[in-house]
Order: sequence, then structure tokens, then C-alpha cells
Amino acid sequence: MPFVPHTPDQVRDMLDLIGVADIEALFADIPPQMRPKSFDIPAGLSELEVCRRIQRLAAKNKTDLTSFLGAGFYDHHIPKAVDAIVSRGEFYTAYTPYQAESSQGTLQAIFEYQTAVCRLLDLDCANASVYDGGSAIFEAMMMAVRKTKRRKLLISESLSPIYRIMLASYTSNLNLELTTIPHCDGLTDIPALIKALDQDTAAVVVQNPNFFGVAGDFTDLFAQARAKGALSVISVYPTMQSVLKTPGEMGADIAVAEGQSLGLPLSFGGPYLGIMACTKDLVRQMPGRIVGRTNDHDGRTGYVLTLQAREQHIRRAKATSNICSNQALCALRALVTLCLLGAEGLRRTAELSIERAHYAASRLTAIPGVERINSAPFANEFAIRLPINAYEAVDKLTARGVVPGFPLGRYYPGLENGLLIACTEKHSFEEIGILAEMIGGLV
Amino acid sequence: MYQKRLRGAVNTPTRKEATTAMIPDDLRYSKSHEWVRVEGNSATIGITHFAQEQLGDLTFIELPAVGAVLEVGKEMGTVESVKAASELYAPVNGTVTEVNADLEANPGLVNQDPYGAGWMLKATLISSAEGLLTPAEYQAAIGA
Amino acid sequence: MKTVFQNSVPGRLGAVPETPKQRASAFLPETLLRKSQSRLPELSELDVVRHFTGLSRRNLGVDGNFYPLGSCTMKYNPKFTEYLAALPGFTDLHPLMAQLKGAGHYTQGALEVLFETERLLSEITGMAAFTLHPMAGAHGELTGAMLIAAYHKDKGNKKIKVLCPDSAHGTNPASAAIAGYEVVNIESKDGIVDPEALAKHLDDETAAVMMTCPNTLGLFERHLERIVAMVHEKDALLYYDGANLNAITGKMRVGDAGFDVVHINLHKTFATPHGGGGPGAGPVGVSAKLEPYLPISRVRKLEDGRFFLDYKHPKSIGYMAPFYGNFGVVLKAYAYILRLGREGLIRVAEHAVLNANYMRKRLENAFEIPYNRICMHEFVASAAQQAQNGVRALDIAKALLDKGYHAPTIYFPLIVKECLMFEPTETESRETLDRFVDDLIAILETAAIDPAAIQACPTSTPVGRLDETKAARDMVLTDDL
Repeated sequence: MPFVPHTPDQVRDMLDLIGVADIEALFADIPPQMRPKSFDIPAGLSELEVCRRIQRLAAKNKTDLTSFLGAGFYDHHIPKAVDAIVSRGEFYTAYTPYQAESSQGTLQAIFEYQTAVCRLLDLDCANASVYDGGSAIFEAMMMAVRKTKRRKLLISESLSPIYRIMLASYTSNLNLELTTIPHCDGLTDIPALIKALDQDTAAVVVQNPNFFGVAGDFTDLFAQARAKGALSVISVYPTMQSVLKTPGEMGADIAVAEGQSLGLPLSFGGPYLGIMACTKDLVRQMPGRIVGRTNDHDGRTGYVLTLQAREQHIRRAKATSNICSNQALCALRALVTLCLLGAEGLRRTAELSIERAHYAASRLTAIPGVERINSAPFANEFAIRLPINAYEAVDKLTARGVVPGFPLGRYYPGLENGLLIACTEKHSFEEIGILAEMIGGLV
Repeated sequence: MYQKRLRGAVNTPTRKEATTAMIPDDLRYSKSHEWVRVEGNSATIGITHFAQEQLGDLTFIELPAVGAVLEVGKEMGTVESVKAASELYAPVNGTVTEVNADLEANPGLVNQDPYGAGWMLKATLISSAEGLLTPAEYQAAIGA
Repeated sequence: MKTVFQNSVPGRLGAVPETPKQRASAFLPETLLRKSQSRLPELSELDVVRHFTGLSRRNLGVDGNFYPLGSCTMKYNPKFTEYLAALPGFTDLHPLMAQLKGAGHYTQGALEVLFETERLLSEITGMAAFTLHPMAGAHGELTGAMLIAAYHKDKGNKKIKVLCPDSAHGTNPASAAIAGYEVVNIESKDGIVDPEALAKHLDDETAAVMMTCPNTLGLFERHLERIVAMVHEKDALLYYDGANLNAITGKMRVGDAGFDVVHINLHKTFATPHGGGGPGAGPVGVSAKLEPYLPISRVRKLEDGRFFLDYKHPKSIGYMAPFYGNFGVVLKAYAYILRLGREGLIRVAEHAVLNANYMRKRLENAFEIPYNRICMHEFVASAAQQAQNGVRALDIAKALLDKGYHAPTIYFPLIVKECLMFEPTETESRETLDRFVDDLIAILETAAIDPAAIQACPTSTPVGRLDETKAARDMVLTDDL
């Protein structure tokens, strides 16, 4: 029996000490009518057999393709040292650092992560993580609602459609009003957002680069929001923040991000990393765990979970959120990645990705009938319009070993011919050339 | 009872006897542990020694803004300590005229001197203070 | 220990990629770019490895230390599951691959993992269907509360409140509040939910009652049958917080017992690692009547054995996760279930309960045990007596840190004074339990004659007790503040 160490003799001795005849006596409180009606679990397998079975399942997934999928989740190179560090048992088999004296490793790592996030985004305070980039936007919206005591949220349609569906789900039982401002050919409609701001707006929510890859500047929008007493929430792409204008520079109140691009494998949907940062005056509204620096009674510097009075285990129904477990190990991966790459390495990663994407755009738009959906500046991701249905095009090319991008029609009616293409430093110029040839051959 | 609203308060062991020095004679009290000093048409409000002892070292106090209208029994602010958080409830009907600015930088004043330097706010009464407990009644209420 | 920022050397390079041919300014206007390079660390790869190795040495983990944390189920994290979750066939898989044409053609292995895990969890708990989307236990509770809300809304019921026992974990009321409900506390009697107290608050406006069994005191809810009847009679739903599932695997199925919604913590019962605070996963199981409301997508199996993602569920509450849940965590739980099998899962509950009772019995003369009867997988002790002498639960916890153990859970649940909650789990040996009990008894003996020695603990950890008031008042939350 795996993982249970007792021998039958030991079990007998222990039962004797407890004063019961057998193990079943310990379950006497469970009445017969509550016993399992069935328990048809197959017999246990050896470690070898389980590994074989699951390796076969892994082999049934097609990963040896050249993929240009992005849409918020990117295949950047993860330095191998990340796995080595994070797989130390003292990190990954540790619990939440409630007993601070024996958890200084975890606590200092979170403190460093918070610092790294704040420096990358030019804001004052960060939390220890929430589940993912989508739930982070929800939490940011709730911060704004609590702070302003208003109910209206303005959301750009150029924010990830996947996240917008999540936001609708999360808010469905709350007395809030979500208004979506349509995109313009993949551009965030800033004038329309400004026009929609009023005295009931709790926050305006935008994404940079937006879902279509367009890079923008929201300084003016955020100033207008502030003038109306609303907060600004911006969802960003961490790797690209090494080059793009930061939330802090734009005057955002709250920045959130999906941290997957920082050392987390794509892993078919998770675990991922919800990054949150805000200005100092909003920190009491921020959900989740936060680590602070202090000292012990001998003056030694140490780290503790702080501002816990906001959290569910104390405030219960009035907590800033219900979050308990977060994505601590994922945040550690992100921190280690940022340390290994450093400022220079992260910037190079972003620029290598950007130059490849621009090469791809120039090769693809050279194909007759293929054009970008707008001519706005972009970083490492852009959207094109094909003369044929993009869903079908992706199907055909994937069967030939290349996933050309994400077909937009699924989430944006009217863009059935639209294709979203992302490049990272992992793509070679040859692969991009092949992509162009294959699309050229199709259209 | 306050105990039930105080989630996570760590400092709840042996209850000390509340002596009369910790429940001043010249004040009146609410069941939710606010104290009130009425002088003519004006009231000064804070929280009791018992309350600050239960909460532990205060780390943050959120008070209503000057001009805010207080309604008896309704929430008017919050107090936070390291391990606990609790609402402040208005003990009177009034309009806030002054808030203790020192508490922002030094919430510990409430722990050190809850009835003096730790005062929280002043208000002009809208209606006369009713339903408040006498020192003896408050002492009985906290089970001392 | 210095931080990575304090150790940085300007200009030092780590694991950097090649130099790009062109800068960002070649492609984007200056107005869209940040003014200066971010002040991230500047360290060599060895600097980084040394730093984090050093940090790891300032931590406890199940791999190195006994962690009898009540309600957390800190059991051994099997290493083979780490290996499987790291297979490139899973880690390299972009989640959108399953949304391309052919509905999952390229992701059959991953979809099978999801489908099979749902099926196994359904069988283990006796529920009709599962969703693996919730990304943590609390997230599962929120999902459950939203499912309850969707059910009542669809039926046209006017339900405004949710009832929680006063012993409930804080995430229960917090989650119900986000689902739009008012939360009412039910007082326990003799440590368990009292049907009389429940009857006082249970009415036609009650949407649900949230419970766990065994409860947070480690006690089986003896009135459960009656409670189930009472709740269903009001067309309210019964929610099961699965944090304590480790006590009943194979002994009881909550679906059979009458629960309508359950969440499970994979990082507790199913041995996925805690990671210093996450990632976890909180799958939610439902009875048949709640199935239409489950979040989309749902994994389906065709007759020819192929799997696909089904989004056609008009009554679904929508997306709780961006994709299919914390897949990497779910996969580890799946592997664990396969490894244990039927007998192994039954043995989990048997030995978890055996170990807890053994510890309880060995401690009963040294420590006040408020509910000193057969417990389930965890039990509570009270240090109220020691506190009279100046030694509180907190002090005892710190003294245990000095002996190389992680302390038990303290001050939860709130209904026991100076509470310590012990959950040894089934993976600990008798030798470990004996050593721990002996050390704890020694601490209590010292507490009686020399309280100051215990109040000074811990003395052998990298730092001593930290000034939490200063941390909250000064709010130094980054290296720059």
C-alpha cells in the first residue's frame, strides 16, 4: 500500500493504545445508510504502470508543431535553472507561511517578487498573487467598487474575450453594471471610453497590448477617469513591459497581468499566475496575501504576512476577497525567471519577439489578399485578415505541422477571416518564412 | 456580542477584571464598545479600554469624513489590528465635526490612552443621546 | 539574508538570450515605450542559484519536517507525480489547441486526463458530475455558491441567505458573499451543528447551508441525516466543504449522504504539493439537478472513444477559469488516484483517522482535549490551562518550531479557546508521531515550571518572533518603500 508506513503489528499496537478492537470501530459514527453505495475505483497500479499509462496520454497530445498561438499565453523560453530551483522540496512542499520564523524562505521570496512586480510596472504595492490574469481583473474591479462605492464598470472590447466572459460570470450575482465599449478594427476606442465615463463609473478597464496585439498609450484616458473620480485598471503582458510604457507612467491605479510568460509552461491551461499591483493608497483594498518587512526582537530583519485583517480568515463575509490558496509557487517561478534573465535579459526577450513578429507581419502582408486588420503599432502579436475563413485555414495548416495562429471568429463575430499571430524569441526566421509560404499557398 | 464580531482576535485569554479606572464615570457607553462624552450639543467618541485590549495593537483606523452624518447603530468606520478587524458603530445621531488626525500616523494612541489622546471623532448631535449604557451597565455587559 | 536587489551588481548579466538585431524603438514610437530600463535584479546565474538555495534553507517543508497542520492535510507529495506533470507532452500544450477545428484532435491525451479525473472524483464522492475548473478550494466554494444561485434563479426561488456553522472556514462566508448572499452563522452545540439552532434560521429564504463533515474540530456531524432532511424540505441546497475529505475516503460518499454540491481540495486529500501557498485546485461535484449550471467547457466522450470540449450549455454559469482549470495540478491528483486505487484510498481514511486518534490518546493526560472522544482525521486541544500560567497556544507553537516541527494550526476554529488543531495524516510513521508527542509533552512540562523559556521561543530559527504590529503600521511591502 503506497505511502502508508504502518506494519500490521504497529496498527494492532496503536489500536490497543486507543482502546478499540479494530479500525472499523473508529468509523462507528458513520451510520450504515451513509456508507458508499458503490466505490468502483480500479485497483491501484504500481508507479511504473501509472507512469507508462500517463506517458502514453502525454504522447497523444500534439506538441511537435510550430505554433504561432498567443492570445494571452506565450511560448517563451524558460531557463532550466527555474525548474531546478523551484523543485527544491523546501519550496514546493512548504505550506502557506503563517509561522513566519520557519518560513523566511517563502516570505522573503514573496517580498522580492512583490518588489520585482512593482519595479516592472512602476507601481507601489503588489500582492503575493491571485489565480490568473482573468480573476485578477475581477479583483481589481472589486477594489475599485469598494473604494469608489460606485457600481459601473467600463470595459474595452479589446480586452481578452476569454477574460470578459469570466468577468460576466463572476459578477452575475453582484449588483454591478458592466458596459463593453466596442473595438474599432482591433483598436481600443479611447474616445468612446472617455465619452462613457461618468460620476457612476467605478473603473475603466483596458489591456496593453490589447487582445489584437495593438500597443497604445492610455495616459489621457486615465487622467480623464481620475477627473471623474473613477479608477483605472490596466491588464498587461509582463515580458513586453520591459519595453512598453508602464502602468505607472500612464497613471494607472491598478495593474494586473497574466504571469504565465514569466517562466510558467503553457501546461494546457494552468496553473498560471495572477499578478496585481496598485498605488499606495489602494493597498488596503488589495486582496490576497501581502508580505511586509519588519524585524524580530533582536533587530534581525524578517518578513511576515501582513495586512491580514483584510483576508477571509479574519473578515469572513466582509473580506476583500475569498482567496486563500494563491499561486505561490508560480510566483516563485516568475521571480526566479526575472532574476535569471535580469533587466537586460527580459528586454532582449521582448525585442527578439518583437522583431520576429514584425518580420512575420511584413512577410504575410506581402501575400496578395492578406492584410493587417489595422495599421497601429504592435509588439509581438498582430491580427491579419485572410481572404478565406481563418478557422478552416488553421485546420488545414495544423494538419501540416504549423499552427498559424488563433482564429478570431470564435470570439469576435465579423472577424471569421481574422487570424491572431504571436511570435516569441523561440521562433526562427526560417519558421516564419515557412508560415508565410504555407499561407501564401492556401490563399 | 463583540466577541463574535471579533474574528481572529488572538488576545482572548484570561479576562482581566475591568476596574472602574478602565470605565470612566463621566462617560456613556454603547453595547458595541464605543464611549461617548457629551458636552452640551457636542459629543466626543472613541472605543473603550476593553475593546482595544481585545483587538491588540491597532494598525489602522478608518474614520468617517468631516461632515458625514452618523446614524445610531450604523457602521461608521473600522479598526484593524494585526489579527483582527472590527466595525465602529455610531453611538449617537450626529454630524462629524472633527476627526483625530494623529491616529493616522499613530493608531497605537488608542491602545495607550483610549479615553484621552486616543479619541476618535467629535460630532454635533442631531438628537439627544439615548439608549447609552451607564458605566455600571457597561461593566455588567462586558461580564466584568 | 540580503535580497536579490541588494545583491545586484550593475551591468552583471545572467541567463540572457542573444542580442536582438534591432531595439524596440525601431518598431514602436517612443511615446509608447518606457522611459528607462526596469530595475530588475542584475545577477549571474550562480548568484541566483545560491540565493534561492539559501532561501530554501530558511524554510520547512513536508519533505523535511512533520507538519501536523489541522485542516491542511500536509501529507507526503509523491515525486512521480512531479515527473509526470513535467512531461513535455503536457507542459508544451497550448490550451487553445483544444479549441481549434477537430475539437480537441490534438489534445486527446490531456482531455482524457480531465475526463477520467472527473469520473474518478464522481465515483469517490458519489456525485453525478464534476468540474475541474476552480483553481483553489476557495474558488471551488465560490463556484459552488454560484451554482446554487443559478439553480434558485432558474427555478424562480427567492433565496437571499446562506447559513454557515460558526466553526466554518472563513472562505465559506467570504465565498457566499461574493455570490451575492447574506451570511448567517449557526451556533454549534457539543462541537457539531445543532439542528435546533439550524431550525431557528432555516427558512424559505435560505439558499443553502454550507457544512463540512467531519467538521473543523475533527468531529463527525452526528445530526447529518436530520440536517439533510431539514434543508431539502425548504428547497435549500446542502454544500460540502471538502477540506476534511481525507477522513472519509471510501468510508462515506457525500453524494450518498445527501449533499448537493461539494468542493475538493486536490492539494489536501489528493496529495498535490502546497507550493508555499499554491497552486492548488478545487474541483466541484454536483448532484444531477445542478449539472446544467456547471461552468463551460465540459469534457465529453464520443462513442468512438474520442474526447471533445462541449460549450453548448445555455444554463451554464459561464467561465470560472480561463480554460480547463489548473491542469498541471489535476494531472498530479489523477496519477495519485491511479496509484492508490480502491484499497489505497480506503487505507488513506483508515490510517489518517488511526493516526489522529493515536496522537489524541497519547496527549490526553498532558493536554486538555475539549471533545475527547473518537475523533476523525484531526482533533483539537486547548491551551487555556497553560494560558493561566502565561503560556498560550502561540507560545507552544513557537516552541515546536524550535524542535524542527511545523506547528499545528492555532486559533482555528474560533469556538475553542487557545485552540491547537492537529492533523497528522496517514503518511506519517508511528516513530514520527511518538517523537512529536514526546517533544510536545516535554514542552508542556517546561511550560508549567518555566513559562518564560517557552515564551522566548523560537530561538533556533533564522529569526525570532517578528514584530507584526510594526509590519502592519510601517507597511514596507517592497525593497523600495
